[in-house]
Amino acid sequence: MSLIDLANPTRFLALTARVLPWLAATTVILLTIGLYQSAYAPDDYQQGATVKIMFIHVPNAWLSMFVWGVMSIASLGTLVWRHPLADVAAKAAAPIGAAFTFLALLTGSLWGRPMWGTYWEWDARLTSVLILFLMYLGLMALWRAVDDPARAARAAAVLTLVGAINLPIIKFSVDWWNTLHQPASVMRVGGSTLDKSFLIPLLVMAIAFTLLFVTLHLAAMRNEILRRRVRSLQMMQASQKAA
Amino acid sequence: MTALSALIRRDIRIALRVGGGALIGVLFFLTVVVLMPFAVGPDLALLSRLGPAILWLGALLASLLTLDRLFMADHEDGSLDLITMSRTPLELACAAKALAHWLAAGLPLIVATPVLGLLLNLDMVATVAVALTLLAGTPALTFTGMIGAALAVTLHRGGLLMAVLVLPLSIPVLIFGVAASQAVIVGPMTFGAPFSILCALSLISLVIGPFAAAASLRHGLD
Repeated sequence: MSLIDLANPTRFLALTARVLPWLAATTVILLTIGLYQSAYAPDDYQQGATVKIMFIHVPNAWLSMFVWGVMSIASLGTLVWRHPLADVAAKAAAPIGAAFTFLALLTGSLWGRPMWGTYWEWDARLTSVLILFLMYLGLMALWRAVDDPARAARAAAVLTLVGAINLPIIKFSVDWWNTLHQPASVMRVGGSTLDKSFLIPLLVMAIAFTLLFVTLHLAAMRNEILRRRVRSLQMMQASQKAA
Repeated sequence: MTALSALIRRDIRIALRVGGGALIGVLFFLTVVVLMPFAVGPDLALLSRLGPAILWLGALLASLLTLDRLFMADHEDGSLDLITMSRTPLELACAAKALAHWLAAGLPLIVATPVLGLLLNLDMVATVAVALTLLAGTPALTFTGMIGAALAVTLHRGGLLMAVLVLPLSIPVLIFGVAASQAVIVGPMTFGAPFSILCALSLISLVIGPFAAAASLRHGLD
């Protein structure tokens, strides 16, 4: 079984139909364990119960970047190897990535309210995640602007790769901009000094969310393939009627 | 080499003659800057504080909006196909076109900066600083925006979609351009550090821009 075998959409559909229920079940089990562990994790001595937002917030933030990585690999697949399913993968990943990024922003803002006293702070990390969100939305707009999927796929692939190169530069610039404009007024939870009672639930949740992404992504890819088939059937029917 | 210099000369000539519209960018720049006092009020002290930011935003928008038609006109009259098929590497041809565009549309913005600086109550040193940062930073805007122009011609879409796609990529240039100008006016940083990073950004986009634009043209044109 290699990537070449998956180039056949029918074979891909057959394989994912067998894999998806298992993936979904594993995701549900891991999510249940993770949520249970997070609910019973001890309160932070400073932040109280609000520290539990972290168990949702951090996996979302991690996936917001991971999904762009997946899209970049898929874009390479489109431009370099011309893999037939690569553009399906890239297209299906964009809205899911945007949703995870939005959830990261939302939970971060809800966490920021009791901790920093404000919903929004032009903090370096928040700002760069916001820009990432804007880029996801731009990419989705690009996919929607063109009706020919193959043409949109190549344009989106170029843009995704340019974004992948630019995102670290943007991150670095925003860090610089932030230190220039405001002193370190924002309190942060040190990631490295995390206690084991927080670390284990966080890891479980991160794995569970990643599996959730894989499940949703495969399902979205299946939908996209079926949508394209329906579209070409409709076009065939229309041309037969016209003839 | 002769092919490239011919391409550059041709593009500049087209841009400067009737129907080229290179100087509309300067007019747009002027209009945006003139609009600002109406939005923030005619307070000269406030305007001089916001001056570098206003000039940079104006230059950013002006240089991105004129880029819309970088490849479009060539695509319409068929010369883009000739450029794509010629023996000159497409990456170099793209770089030459962007250079010509910068000479025709980017340089006038920098020349206009001192006059606009007067309107915004910037002193001599600040004006020179802004002009210098624009000189170092606008190539980055042109070469990044070229990617958007190439996507625009392959998708037959221009305007807002391209602006939405390209503007987030120009955030670093904006940050370091304004930071370097502000460093001269208020401190506390030195001018050198943000200015060198600005130059670095221009050099990076000089590499990435032509390759991404050429890839987009090669895969997208039919």
